[in-house]
Amino acid sequence: MTVSISSYLMVALILFCVGLYGALTKRNAVVVLISIELMLNAVNINLVAFSKFGLHPGVAGQIFTLFTMTVAAAEVAVGLAILIALYRNKATVNVDEMDQMKR
Amino acid sequence: MSGEFIAFFILSLLTIGGAVFMISFTRVVHMVISLGVTFISIAGLFVLLGAEFVGVSQILVYSGAISILMLFGIMLTKHDAKDEGAGPSWKNRFALVFVAIVFGLIFWGIQNTPWAEPTQPVPSAVSNAKEIGIEVFTKYVIPFELLSVLLLVSLVGAIIMAKKEEDKP
Repeated sequence: MTVSISSYLMVALILFCVGLYGALTKRNAVVVLISIELMLNAVNINLVAFSKFGLHPGVAGQIFTLFTMTVAAAEVAVGLAILIALYRNKATVNVDEMDQMKR
Repeated sequence: MSGEFIAFFILSLLTIGGAVFMISFTRVVHMVISLGVTFISIAGLFVLLGAEFVGVSQILVYSGAISILMLFGIMLTKHDAKDEGAGPSWKNRFALVFVAIVFGLIFWGIQNTPWAEPTQPVPSAVSNAKEIGIEVFTKYVIPFELLSVLLLVSLVGAIIMAKKEEDKP
């Protein structure tokens, strides 16, 4: 019994949906960033699975995964920097209270 | 029941279990710890898929750097940060329904797509890391250089953003 591609896609889908639910419902901004990381990881699993099981197996999917990882690391660094600057000015990490641009 | 199947089962169980615990914990520090479990099991899945280099980078970047960065973010904002529940319950339920619809649609798509039969992978002469290195520095050299620019920009941007603003005279 060997593992097919749809098993990997299902794991990635569940991970993506958990991340999406967390990003939509959590109120702590750090937790929202963590959930976005989960969603990006689900995409990475898909890319690596298709680089093995796809129509043209090759190393391109793994290289794309490395690029995605780099972009995710940059994103989380800038996101946390924005969060710290916001915390210094407003003393909150609750996303419901971040409405300066709405007023 | 092959070894590959057992390893896949355990790793995917740990991945999804870590993610679900991450959502259900209330203390943010516990969330980051279960996130580490998820990241390490995803690295195991990558190794299972024959992508050793990506798996090692996953451990280095995600469970090494990003988890610690998240911990720093928690320590610098609120020490005993608790996630004060989710928002109003109607909003919560709406999000749940939306996620369920997305899940159903993609599930239907996965089950109804005729995937190609898994071809026997051609055993390559060079190792996985060497193969990736050759491809990155020949075919993908321009995206690679652009990524270095992106990293530099985000480094400078993060420092400027988090720096204390000086009092202007």
